[in-house]
Amino acid sequence: MTRRAIGVGLTLAVIVAALAAPWLAPHDPARADFAHGLRPPGTPGHPLGTDQLGRDLLARVLYGARLALFIGICTVAATAVVGGLLGLVTGFVERWPSAVIMRLADVQLSFPFILLAMTINVIVGLGLRNIILSLSAAGWVVYARVVRGEVLSVKQRDFVHAAAALGAGRARLLFRHVLPNVAPTIIVVASLQFSQFIVAEAAISFLGFGVQPPTPAWGSMLAESRDFLYVAWWLAAFPGAALALTALGVNLLGDSLRDSFDPKLRV
Amino acid sequence: MRVYLLARLAQTLLVVFLSFTAVFGLVRLTGDPVLLFMPTDIQAKDVDEFRQRLGLNDPLALQYLRFLGSALRGDFGESLRYKRPAMGLVLDRLPATLLLAATAVVLTLVLAVPLGIISAVRRDTFVDHAGTLATVLGQAVPGFWLGLMLIYVFSVQLRWLPTGGTGGVSNLVMPSIVLAVFFAARITRLTRSTMLDALGEEFVLTARAKGLGAGRVIGKHALRNAAIPVLTLAGLEVGQLLGGAVITETIFAWPGLGRLTVQALLNRDFPVVLAAVFVTSVIYTLINLIVDLAYGWLDPRVRVA
Repeated sequence: MTRRAIGVGLTLAVIVAALAAPWLAPHDPARADFAHGLRPPGTPGHPLGTDQLGRDLLARVLYGARLALFIGICTVAATAVVGGLLGLVTGFVERWPSAVIMRLADVQLSFPFILLAMTINVIVGLGLRNIILSLSAAGWVVYARVVRGEVLSVKQRDFVHAAAALGAGRARLLFRHVLPNVAPTIIVVASLQFSQFIVAEAAISFLGFGVQPPTPAWGSMLAESRDFLYVAWWLAAFPGAALALTALGVNLLGDSLRDSFDPKLRV
Repeated sequence: MRVYLLARLAQTLLVVFLSFTAVFGLVRLTGDPVLLFMPTDIQAKDVDEFRQRLGLNDPLALQYLRFLGSALRGDFGESLRYKRPAMGLVLDRLPATLLLAATAVVLTLVLAVPLGIISAVRRDTFVDHAGTLATVLGQAVPGFWLGLMLIYVFSVQLRWLPTGGTGGVSNLVMPSIVLAVFFAARITRLTRSTMLDALGEEFVLTARAKGLGAGRVIGKHALRNAAIPVLTLAGLEVGQLLGGAVITETIFAWPGLGRLTVQALLNRDFPVVLAAVFVTSVIYTLINLIVDLAYGWLDPRVRVA
């Protein structure tokens, strides 16, 4: 119970930070002020200090929350729709195209997720839109597999046979009868994937791909902080702590969702 | 068992072949290779000549067969940056990554499995709660941030450990810890929950009833039954471990396959990228094959099936 409370609290805090960033931030996150660079936390007007260009760190961390949530939401939505649909259809129609799609999923799973997302990112090009595209292209497999597994068992149940006997068409069976029964699974996987996606995005941006500076993404802020680790620990500490707390909150929330919806998925 | 082995081996070969084909698909998706190699002010005539020489005007199927043929001989082309065979570069860097990954796996097994067992046996005690907190944090803290913070504390402030590079055991400490944390957190959690299930089974009760000591009950009866899901997850997570190596090696300037891959991607050195990605997927597939074979050793029922 306390875990759920912490999860909900942290997640809400990040959402508020992201939505209210323009009002909460003391400065414009992009405004450089060379005269006041690398000020430590506690400097008047800059609660978390400033970076090498004199930009306000608090403002950048807050705007980073915006970006992280935006990327997480878009990626989870894209993979849930594409992977979910593929899982529904391949689970419901057991013909050869389904087998082909699932073999493709197997092959894709033989590449580490982050390596695949990074490689796709280099091929399609860097930037915000393409990092969402790359993460989605690398991440749909998990949905397709989990949803397919659920559909394979749900479609054997009596109410589906009953609906079929009453003359319901395939599309109706699939979307009116099967889908509502796998929907909790889709929601649970979404919450468990969310933090994986935002951490992966940060890691990819950290390595120099994905979202490019000067956009205030946590990953690229951490990348820039490496050059100043000896003189300005706060540049590495705060964006990373924000990322870790976001991942923690969403993970705890996901765990409690899973426990209430579907204890089977417990790993 | 022999049929099972052969079927499993055939399946592995198929996945390796398909992942190779996927790699070829990636090459073609990277756009026109000629334009990637060439300076921007090149003449159209030269482009065409180069294209002809590389065989890029041939049908795609023929190009695929040619690529397959040379790849079977281990030839993935030449690195655009180092002017050396791409596969040679990859294989040179492989031992460093294997050393790092193996250290991380050993750390995980030495720490995570006992912690999971203790948490399950001493359920709802201080150890269990502390262990659970550690695993929840371990899964949330991004490895690359943990790496930066460790460097700040142990290299910048305390000056105990080098910030990166190779040489001695001290160079291996931080990278292997960073690589192991996420992995260890997952394994601890799973060990705990499967041990809890196993400890509730009747055969454990029987073993206790016939007067076996706690060590034998836990080690021989419960653990052996809890080990299969743990091993499965470990096999699947090795892929993430290899992915994690990409990041860890970059932070700690560890001269392994992961760092080579990142540099090759940054330099658009595609022959090296493809060789590296292919080798990674082969290692991953092989490890999962070994895991499957280990089931037979842990659970004799699998041998019959």
